[in-house]
Amino acid sequence: MNTGLSFSYVLRNLMARKLTTILTASGMALVVFVFATVLMMAEGLRETLGGTGSYNNVVIIRAGSQTEVQSTLSFDQANLVATLPGLANDGDGQLRLTREVMVLVNMPRKDGKGLANVIVRGTTPVGMRMRPQAKVIAGRAFRPGSSEIMVGAALTRGKLGMALGDSLSFGMRQWTVVGVFDAGHSGFDSEVWGDSGQMLQAFRRNAYSSLVAGLRDAESYADFAAAVARQPQLKVDIKRELNFYADQSENLANFIGVLGKTITVVFSLGAIIGAMITMYASVANRTREIGTLRALGFRRGNIVMAFLQEAMLLGGVAGLAGLFAASFMQLVEISTTNVQTFSEVVFRLRLTLGIAAEVLMFSVLMGVLGGVLPAIRASRLEIVDALRSV
Amino acid sequence: MLAGYVLRLAGKNMLRHRLRTGLTLAGIAIAIVSFGLLRTVVDSWYAGAELGAAGRLVTRNAASLSFSLPVTYAERIRRAPGVRAVTWASWFGGIYIDEKHFFSQLAVDASSYLNLYPEYLLSPEQSAAFQHDRRGAVVGRKLAAKYGFKIGDTVPLQGTLFPGNWSFVVRGIYRGADDKTDENQFLVHWDYVNETIKNTLPAQAERVGAFIVDIREPTQAAAVSAAIDSSFRNSLAETRTETQKAFQLGFIALVDTILLAIQTVAYVVVLIIMAVMANTMAMAARERTREYATLKALGFRDGFVAMLILGESLSLSLAGGALGILLTYPAANAFHSATRDLFLIFQVQPLTVLLQLAAALLIGVSAALAPMLSSRRVQIVDGLRAVT
Repeated sequence: MNTGLSFSYVLRNLMARKLTTILTASGMALVVFVFATVLMMAEGLRETLGGTGSYNNVVIIRAGSQTEVQSTLSFDQANLVATLPGLANDGDGQLRLTREVMVLVNMPRKDGKGLANVIVRGTTPVGMRMRPQAKVIAGRAFRPGSSEIMVGAALTRGKLGMALGDSLSFGMRQWTVVGVFDAGHSGFDSEVWGDSGQMLQAFRRNAYSSLVAGLRDAESYADFAAAVARQPQLKVDIKRELNFYADQSENLANFIGVLGKTITVVFSLGAIIGAMITMYASVANRTREIGTLRALGFRRGNIVMAFLQEAMLLGGVAGLAGLFAASFMQLVEISTTNVQTFSEVVFRLRLTLGIAAEVLMFSVLMGVLGGVLPAIRASRLEIVDALRSV
Repeated sequence: MLAGYVLRLAGKNMLRHRLRTGLTLAGIAIAIVSFGLLRTVVDSWYAGAELGAAGRLVTRNAASLSFSLPVTYAERIRRAPGVRAVTWASWFGGIYIDEKHFFSQLAVDASSYLNLYPEYLLSPEQSAAFQHDRRGAVVGRKLAAKYGFKIGDTVPLQGTLFPGNWSFVVRGIYRGADDKTDENQFLVHWDYVNETIKNTLPAQAERVGAFIVDIREPTQAAAVSAAIDSSFRNSLAETRTETQKAFQLGFIALVDTILLAIQTVAYVVVLIIMAVMANTMAMAARERTREYATLKALGFRDGFVAMLILGESLSLSLAGGALGILLTYPAANAFHSATRDLFLIFQVQPLTVLLQLAAALLIGVSAALAPMLSSRRVQIVDGLRAVT
């Protein structure tokens, strides 16, 4: 049976020196907080862009152009795509295909500090039906053929602060905000939507930016892709809409992740040292106690385990505290530029079970790293010397 | 006199637990180094925008940078009062091998661009070779070193904005006139790009991303900018003209949320080490409760004991801080070479050192506060009786 020292012995040792425990744990908790926040940021960004669009829609852009804003597709190419097999029809027999115009428009920030690059998407009634996640929550949808626009809910908060009834000026026109739509924290939430034809006119363009086509079912992607490949004059790249936007979050999410992890590792050195100081002191103060335990018959291994458990418990408590504080960061919404698309994206920090587990494990590991040397020192004490110490 | 005693005693106290003192010193040094590095990262980011001659303006489409301007604007800009010379550049945005091998490429007007950038030093032979080869390219020294580009090498680029597979021949490698010049540019002929896309992408032909305007009087930048912009008001493509510095600051403003986060995090590390240091001092003071009571019994005042604690705490934190400041310089150099060409300049600013010192001071004082207060409160009898 288990002959080690009981867990309550470990727990009480931590409780005996409250101030020291609290100070050490709060240092570690701060590291955990930073770590968790960074992971939540990267996750929030991934989730926002990764949750944009739907699996059965295909985005078609000019070969090699990478983003919708950089892409151009001629009217002929658009008409050709409409004839390809594998596409779905709407209930009323209309093809589920939307010809979209995407431009980046500078809009002033509310804080007066510079300009943000906002995506303005010219879309169609079919296009809006193809994105059922975007629901009008205030006002109404824009009327096709008019200078009306609606804005994503994220743009009404934060740095841009657009509101219903605002008048925006771009493309030598005044556009009236007649609606606000909520696309469930997806990337569409950071966009301005208007009529595709009107955008073509306003920006004097004679080409679309992208086409979005609805697939008949999940399996028709291969058919459609093969059909596209058979048309040499098309020269397009196609991707499922969901993957298309998810890929656009990778660079920034990775950057945040790498930067954050580097910072966290360096910071954790400080916290590990803190834990080490505490655990060494704990060993020094209890030399006679350790000697007594050994004299009672507890083995060196038992002593190591007791001190390691104490350090792990310290890390665990700190991890929980840091995680608790970090959970409030879910209320924070960040508005920044996605370096990959050069456009403003608004996202909320997201705490997932995976992050919580990772952060807690990290915190316990910090404790172990801080506790392992002191624990070994404790186990090496000779019984006689330890009992004799003052 | 008294201060000398306090310091000597504090110094002796520091040496009583060498391991603990060493660990604490290391912790403070790490924190001060990271604090300094994070601040330097943010500083260097902004420092990039300070570069470039103040006498240049950038004119671009008012709608946003993703819109181009007709190249015919060049003549009209040249006629604006106070303008000495005009050139133009378009973001080429090609992919070399894959997206990880990113570097900036500009399609420039070969005949005028280098005249407006006298800080790009290029030998007359190389300059002539570039002018004569439509597929030629001029590469910055650092970029050439990074990818091993040599004169005569062919560099294949996959077009993103301008479709197709492109290849350019390195005809010149420029040096910066000083260490504040960007040596990471890849310049190709706008004419060549323009001719090619007349077939593949006619809508973008005869158009440029931005004009660079050299003005006679740098003090007149605002007036010249306004003159240029007003001459294009209510046209199909309205312009926004600003100094090159403001233009570059605009890019930085796009990511200012991230910079703000880095700055915030820099202060969090100070908080972390404050907790560690406070712990060390609390332990030291608790262990010496009996000693402090003895000192009081001998007639030393409360203030003396408090000074002793503060002295020990401050000497520990300042020693760690000094160590950290000294280590910041080699760490900054290592960081700069590790991130290669992310930052043009990466220098620890005097203000950063001052803030590091202030942080060390703050850490020392705050760590001593709690033990100082409790040492005052301790009664001599209780203190002498205390078991640790």
